[in-house]
Amino acid sequence: MKGRGPDFRRYASPPLTPRAAQSNLPGMGRYFLKRIATLFASLAVASLVIFALIEVVPGDPASFMLGINAAPDTLAALREQMGLDDPVWLRYLRWVAGLMQGDFGQSFTYKVPVTELLAARLQVSLPLALLALALASAIALPVGLWAAARRGRPSEVALMGMAQLGIALPNFWFAMLLVLVFAVKWRLLPAGGFAGWSDPLAALKSLALPAVALALPQAAILARVLRSALIETLGRDYIRTARAKGLSRAQALSRHALRNALIPVLTILGMQFSFLLAGAIIIENVFYLPGLGRLIFQAITQRDLIVVESAVMVLVCAVILVTFVTDLTYAAIDPRLRRRG
Amino acid sequence: MRPLLLLGAALSALALLAAALSLVWLPYDITQHAIAQRLQPPSPAHWAGTDLYGRDILSMLMAGAQVSLAVALVAVGIGAGLGVPLGLAAAAHRGSWIDELIGRGNDLIFAFPSLVTAILITASFGPSATNAIIAIGIFNIPVFARVARAGALSIWTLDFIRAARVAGKGRARISVEHILPNIASLLIVQGTIQFSLGILAEAGLSYVGLGAQPPTASWGRMLAEAQTLVVMAPHVALAPGLAIVATVLGLNLLGDGLRDALDPRLRGRVT
Repeated sequence: MKGRGPDFRRYASPPLTPRAAQSNLPGMGRYFLKRIATLFASLAVASLVIFALIEVVPGDPASFMLGINAAPDTLAALREQMGLDDPVWLRYLRWVAGLMQGDFGQSFTYKVPVTELLAARLQVSLPLALLALALASAIALPVGLWAAARRGRPSEVALMGMAQLGIALPNFWFAMLLVLVFAVKWRLLPAGGFAGWSDPLAALKSLALPAVALALPQAAILARVLRSALIETLGRDYIRTARAKGLSRAQALSRHALRNALIPVLTILGMQFSFLLAGAIIIENVFYLPGLGRLIFQAITQRDLIVVESAVMVLVCAVILVTFVTDLTYAAIDPRLRRRG
Repeated sequence: MRPLLLLGAALSALALLAAALSLVWLPYDITQHAIAQRLQPPSPAHWAGTDLYGRDILSMLMAGAQVSLAVALVAVGIGAGLGVPLGLAAAAHRGSWIDELIGRGNDLIFAFPSLVTAILITASFGPSATNAIIAIGIFNIPVFARVARAGALSIWTLDFIRAARVAGKGRARISVEHILPNIASLLIVQGTIQFSLGILAEAGLSYVGLGAQPPTASWGRMLAEAQTLVVMAPHVALAPGLAIVATVLGLNLLGDGLRDALDPRLRGRVT
């Protein structure tokens, strides 16, 4: 890179984490303030986008609740009660104010507070996402390490071939095959449904197949990222130094390379967690699980818009907050990332 | 030479050929039900067997390839068509408010759970292939914007760009005339990846009934219909799944192979 003039740092290679803008003032304080400001801006814009999206959805929730034969005055009374006749901005402000106080409104169809619904559904979705993530990491970590250590050998080619296959697998199809084998043929695990956590063993059994179906494609992605991050780190000078010091390849890999390769892996893990929380929507449909995704899916079809609005907002908030915390953590660990603004 | 690239190209070509052929010819008419022939296992007459209504599954797969590929391809077109100019603009004005705005906009779209939002869009505006394209296409925009920005930033550092600036060319003109051709290979590789992701997304949407509507054949809906029959006639569920896996695998191998062939520096890197 020498000889490109004094200016070349400004145009240095693109950032690992694609954050825009370059701050010339380093330092955690300024970085923190800037990130906090964008955090709130993102949340505000996200709430506006979600509200607007719901606003343009055709279909009046009040007439949907009462059916097509409803008397006009009953309909008008209900619209009044639900606050549907108020101006758009008032309804938006009321919704946001409610969100901030933890009041997500009342479900149109279930007639219970949305908070209650979300809490009940999270009891399924959260354990499912965590289970799938743990499973995916448990598969991906040894596979990624092995593939990086045995680069170019037949075992690496075979493992990465399987990873390619795993990525190409639609998880709901894989889920159907799992049901066919483990529930129908061998009768080891239930084919669907969820009876609650009163019997923890039965609950875990109900979540086992969905978790495997979700985990395998994620594990394939994770293993590929880990492998390529490890290979890139193994080419660095400090690894050569460690080897020169007398460490074996395996020691250099586990003591030095793994820790440095974990940053991209953790980023992917963070993204996968939020994907699993919301993205289980189709898997929850395959297994008839009463999770968050199925709640949103049913609420959309029933025009229970307040539930959709609040549930999507919770998910988006979760993603934005996870990104925020990850960014701050990285910046605290690695000062190079702070400059990227 | 490059066996995986060839395998990827062959599988992708197979899917494209099946889709193209289905426009003019199918082994059997899939609009006609033949209940007497229903749920037959694979045979010389029906290579992939028949479904619940006696329709030839191979013909359904070929017709379904049309929808899957068309939806994913147009969604890539939307993503690249809007995302690449945004990414180029962000790189050309690095560090300015334009760059910041585009970057934050990308972050925002990424924060939305794509599948839930796609379901929201298709459920709200009516299930159809067009709405599936829009729902998938929106989430392709930030991907292309990021790839284009990152690629463009590294080109902007090169001497020939300085020469072009000295010659008096503006940022927009440099972006189009010099940056774009140099990041084309990056974009093509990303395009094949988004293409394969689009096929998976379309399958998921039509599986829950929000993709192309009957009588149009689609791989996802074939799987949904097969779900209750999987015990009686596993071949009904196997065939569409295998078609999806083969197409997505083919496109991914093609993308990886192209990346290695076009830019050896990126070899082995995961995008």
